[in-house]
Amino acid sequence: MFVQLNAQRREISPGTHLAELIRQLELNPKFLAVELNGELCPRDEHASTVLNEGDELEIVTLVGGG
Amino acid sequence: MSSEPSITADPPLQIGSHTLHSRLIVGTGKYDTLEQMQQSLDLSGTDCITVAVRRERLYDPTGRNLLDAIDLGRYTLLPNTAGCYNAKDAVRTAKLGREILLGLENRGANWVKLEVLADTKTLLPDPVETLAACEQLVAAGFEVLCYTTDDPVIAKRLKSVGATAVMPAGSPIGSGQGILNPNNIRICLEYLKGDDPTYPVIVDAGVGTASDVAMAMELGVDGVLLNTAIAHAKDPLRMAIAMRYATEAGRLAYLSGRIPRRLYASASSPEEGVVGSDAK
Repeated sequence: MFVQLNAQRREISPGTHLAELIRQLELNPKFLAVELNGELCPRDEHASTVLNEGDELEIVTLVGGG
Repeated sequence: MSSEPSITADPPLQIGSHTLHSRLIVGTGKYDTLEQMQQSLDLSGTDCITVAVRRERLYDPTGRNLLDAIDLGRYTLLPNTAGCYNAKDAVRTAKLGREILLGLENRGANWVKLEVLADTKTLLPDPVETLAACEQLVAAGFEVLCYTTDDPVIAKRLKSVGATAVMPAGSPIGSGQGILNPNNIRICLEYLKGDDPTYPVIVDAGVGTASDVAMAMELGVDGVLLNTAIAHAKDPLRMAIAMRYATEAGRLAYLSGRIPRRLYASASSPEEGVVGSDAK
């Protein structure tokens, strides 16, 4: 099945939860925040949030800025 | 024979729940390397640094994260909403920033530098959207540091909706033009601090060199926020030191109270007892 991840289409296995996707992406979960379908998904819910077909995800981190 | 000089200590800058021991807030953008950024931050003496919230670069696993290069115990992070052009995106970005800082257990999780821009060429703030976003963020529990123009009317409005600090620009972001309208900064200070002297007012943006920082501090602002002036100097490390001293010199000069400007001279040496017949 497919989800939109940072405005790009990405295939994931059905039943994947958010924490698993972050692991697959090799991202440090401490350094990021996730929005699922426009709503902030708090860190402590990543492991229990199962992704569905067509979900829109934004995964953000901190970068240099003024 | 000497005696200890007695200079009243300047209390540290208090912005909402945050106590800053340096009055210089430094941005983390535009450095050539993360090492150069680390060293510049260190030499600037700052204890508060701004950061931006952006999408993860998912397909560049070799890229180091900014956070690998920042001592999170040393610096209070101040996440910004840079790049947002409406209140909705700014509020969304602020909440994402807070979520990241909560995960990092950094003390900056409860505040935000609100920046809602109007125009890509000038990067001037949109006052209407900034005001709306400020209200929403205050309601969501944030301590909001508002980037704004040097317009005293908007500055007052931002304070009235609960901004923790107002941060007028000296001149456009990254322009290096310095403080273009010191009179407006003076009026902002009078309006915001008149009956509330500890209310924080920070000059944010436009600084080009050390004298701009000193000038801002001499006007009586509580601090200066800058980024490009260090990051794009020919020698960022040396400029970081210059900015540190300029902040301190400007603050000391402000507290000292400058002499009034006069049209004519006033001799520093005694006028009596001068040798020679032409003495007047």
